Amino acid sequence: MAAPLPVLFIATRKGAWLLHGDAERRRWRLDGPHFLGQIINHLVLDPRDGQTLLAAASTGHLGPTLFRSTDLGATWQEAAQPPAFAPSADGSGRSVKHTFWLTPGSADEPGVWYAGTSPQGLFRSEDGGNRWAPFSCLNDDAQYREWMGSEQDGTPDGPKLHSIQIDPRDPAHLYIAMSSGGVHESTDGGRSFAPLLDGLAVVAGFPRDQPTFHDPHCVRLCPTLPDRLYQQNHCGIYRLDRPATTWQRIGEAMPAEVGDIGFPLVLHPRDPDTLWVFPMNGDDVWPRTSPDGRPAAYCSRDGGASWQRQDRGLPAEQAWWTVKRQAMCADAGEPLGLYLGTTSGEIWGSADEGGHWVCLARHLPEVYAVEIGYPRA
Amino acid sequence: MHVLIPSPLHDYTHAPRVDAHGATLAALLDDLDRQFPGIRFRMVDEQGRIRRHMRCFVGGEQIFALSHPLDGAAEVMFVQALSGG
Repeated sequence: MAAPLPVLFIATRKGAWLLHGDAERRRWRLDGPHFLGQIINHLVLDPRDGQTLLAAASTGHLGPTLFRSTDLGATWQEAAQPPAFAPSADGSGRSVKHTFWLTPGSADEPGVWYAGTSPQGLFRSEDGGNRWAPFSCLNDDAQYREWMGSEQDGTPDGPKLHSIQIDPRDPAHLYIAMSSGGVHESTDGGRSFAPLLDGLAVVAGFPRDQPTFHDPHCVRLCPTLPDRLYQQNHCGIYRLDRPATTWQRIGEAMPAEVGDIGFPLVLHPRDPDTLWVFPMNGDDVWPRTSPDGRPAAYCSRDGGASWQRQDRGLPAEQAWWTVKRQAMCADAGEPLGLYLGTTSGEIWGSADEGGHWVCLARHLPEVYAVEIGYPRA
Repeated sequence: MHVLIPSPLHDYTHAPRVDAHGATLAALLDDLDRQFPGIRFRMVDEQGRIRRHMRCFVGGEQIFALSHPLDGAAEVMFVQALSGG
């Protein structure tokens, strides 16, 4: 039987697209739009069954929801019970503005998914994404509510919970991140959490000991070395090797003129020492553009001790786009393929681990997320 | 009673006007959700608040509370306030 072919699942500010690749990852066919005009924050294929596709959707004018497909988007069904906070008796409770992040559960728990929302909330489904429920004390715990801060402390389109990472050895061992609110660990399946913030910098002038002022942009757990975490933070790039609890700033080895600010962080699925980031300009007013208008990925093959610039094929100048935290991913190929979506609506790919980049699609809306999947019939 | 449905919700109703019943706005929304599953959560949040860009008019008067009685109303109009780019 032929190996499944790669598909890029592209979520944008105005709909979703699927980019179908061939076995050589040379030819790509664009399918879409799906949900034209709706904000799609994340589009994820379940790697456990290769069939269940979830789309986190909203519009600027309607409440948020989730759609499911088991035929690669030929048909969609709305979730019977999208993520929603528990109602409060006095009406002072929070409401989900949008689901931001989707993570399929452990291989040991088929049908389980987790969702992170804006404002910060954690939700779980046990039926393949059809019915979602709040289950974690994190959503309503007074201390966590204080740490989440207010709308003023969050990202421009709302504070969010993201980077839900599951230990492949133990489905009850989770990490989550909140912008703002910091990185937190659970050992009881997400019912309770504890902060994991030692060693992380915050914006000058804010107290480091308060989770509210920590802004992790993207946290990833190494699939082949689950005691290792990497993090792209508002204030640098970090690595943490458990059981240690103090993050080490590995971004200081980045070129000074580029810095170590950015949003996405991608891990090699087979090599825990190899990772990629995509730096952006975080000076002064935070332009959130490629530094100097010259976009480039940076790769480390030694756990962050050194970094190599990878820009062959990318625009050499006057390119002022950047890449959001969910808009860069790796496939499972050999050599590894890398993909990124830009804020200017382009999809770029590299079939040689970042050595050369090729534009695979352009003129899409602003890309919010790019995920790889290998659909099975 | 007749209910005017704004265009972003026509995916649910497949029509700009539908018939639904309820003694209050809450009951009317429940009936709409029974007929068109999922439509209520797009209009009202989990705390019972009408969503930010959703407007509801009865007899030319804008109403905000789900407890608002609909006695004798012939038509309820939901209107979408559009903004953004």
